[in-house]
Amino acid sequence: MATWQRANPLMRTGKLAAIAFYLCFALFPLYWLIKIAVTPDRLIYTEGTALWPSEFTIGNFTTVIWQTDFLRFFGNSLIVSLSTAAIATLIAAGAGYAFSRFDFRGKRLVIALMLLTQMFPLLMIIAPIYRIIAAMGLLNSLSSLILVYIAFNIPFATFLMQSFFDGIPKDLEDAAMMDGCTRFQSLRKVILPLTLPGLGATLGFVFTAAWSEVLFALMLIKSNASMTFPVGLLTFVSKFSVDWGQMMAAGVLALVPSCMFFIFIQRYLVQGLTSGAVKG
Amino acid sequence: MTASHRKAPGEIRARRSFYWTHVVEPYLYLTPAIVLIALVILVPLVIGISYSFQSIMLLRPKEAAWAGLDNYVALWGDRMFWIALENTFVWTFGSLFFQFFLGLGLALLLNTRFTGRRLFQALVFLPWAVPTFLSALVWAWLFNPLIGPLPHWLAALGVLSEPYNILGDPDLAIWGPIAANIWFGVPFFAITLLAALQSIPSELYEAAEIDGASAWQGFTKITLPFLAPMIAITVMLRTIWIANFADLIFIMTGGGPANSSQILSTYIFTTAFKKLDFGYASALSVALLLLLFLYAVLVLFLRRKVVRV
Repeated sequence: MATWQRANPLMRTGKLAAIAFYLCFALFPLYWLIKIAVTPDRLIYTEGTALWPSEFTIGNFTTVIWQTDFLRFFGNSLIVSLSTAAIATLIAAGAGYAFSRFDFRGKRLVIALMLLTQMFPLLMIIAPIYRIIAAMGLLNSLSSLILVYIAFNIPFATFLMQSFFDGIPKDLEDAAMMDGCTRFQSLRKVILPLTLPGLGATLGFVFTAAWSEVLFALMLIKSNASMTFPVGLLTFVSKFSVDWGQMMAAGVLALVPSCMFFIFIQRYLVQGLTSGAVKG
Repeated sequence: MTASHRKAPGEIRARRSFYWTHVVEPYLYLTPAIVLIALVILVPLVIGISYSFQSIMLLRPKEAAWAGLDNYVALWGDRMFWIALENTFVWTFGSLFFQFFLGLGLALLLNTRFTGRRLFQALVFLPWAVPTFLSALVWAWLFNPLIGPLPHWLAALGVLSEPYNILGDPDLAIWGPIAANIWFGVPFFAITLLAALQSIPSELYEAAEIDGASAWQGFTKITLPFLAPMIAITVMLRTIWIANFADLIFIMTGGGPANSSQILSTYIFTTAFKKLDFGYASALSVALLLLLFLYAVLVLFLRRKVVRV
């Protein structure tokens, strides 16, 4: 296909236009977020729609960090997302390994159940979850949120890990087992080191998902002390909806962890995600 | 273990290891996942379905009782439900249409060679990593004429009579979240379709080129038939996912103004979250689940008829 397109100058211009279009479409909203965040308050309305602010400030960021609760929200979100990512990845690695290496009774049933959880509206269980957690006295606790997020993310993470395990030749662990390793030892010493990129990618996906989740967090967390970042930001928006600069500065801060993980995982996206995404 | 020493070598050990590797050992690795999914998702799912036959309003705890089909009768007569159903179609297929075609275009573009392709790929996939609540807020701000450029651009193009916020206009409000959803969802389609494109053997294109086929023929005769199964399954899963996806609408418009952008999933969330009417919210969820199930069966049936792989 490449040769066809190189031959035709019209196609080349079209291609450049398409590249420019996709870049603008993808980046403009983020550019705007950052632009408003660094515009001084007094210029926001007068230069509201100018593409480039005439002055810059980092005042919005310092205000948000030091004079609001966002640092705490950020910490809460970090605790929730990191614990969710670590535990879900560990559990999913076990399940993915079982799917990849064993042929066992009930395999199809378990896979079907996991697929089912990807299909039905998760909002369906918001009422029962709320009542169960309220009955256990765990409302407003981060651990209840972590538990719920882990369960939500296991199916997708499992299919993702399975596709990474599938990519590692079975001969490797057969050889290790022949040399006297038990299966678990060969998993730990031979297979896991090889699948580190896969583990990293899965961690990233689960972290991003937990970092973004908002509806269950809204339902289960009401107290200021244990709000996660999205809930805190939404509360902030509905209370102080004129502090544009500060809201957007908070938004930029929310973007940072996801983007860091994204930069790390994005090269595994096309090879790793697809088999998992299509199944899950 | 001790028993196996007495048996002839191989015999029992083989059967034991068969039992071990096919029944016990896999479940050692699977149990944590199964237990968590069962406790946190499947059990609440069943409880949720049972809620739809009860009257459970947290604000009026004394009236909690079995209500038979009352919730479903109320649902049938609820005008909001039908409005939300119609909006669900607009939301789902409006988003899906643009996500798919823009995603396909992007995948085809990324499948060619040009300088800076890797950087380009990282940048255009970025929206996908943006947390959904933030995408919603960013787009809500972009549509706000005070600080966002979009109303002014739309007015300049003649789409709007004057720069006002379309999120406050009952006729247009739903297109705000749809725009955000397109922005957020294009990378997903691009990623999936790109992987499918890369699995097409390049020899096919070389052979076609030698035989004098045009680029368009290469696309319709090789690319599309290879992509078709992937497209069918991705579109189906994505439709279900989008129909369930309430975050963007809930944050951007809250279903308003006057419920003009309320879809079923936001209606479920609002009923549970604001009215705390768990019985009715569960009945709505069951209705949505049945609709999605019907849709999946229909698509799988059509796929079997049309795509013969």
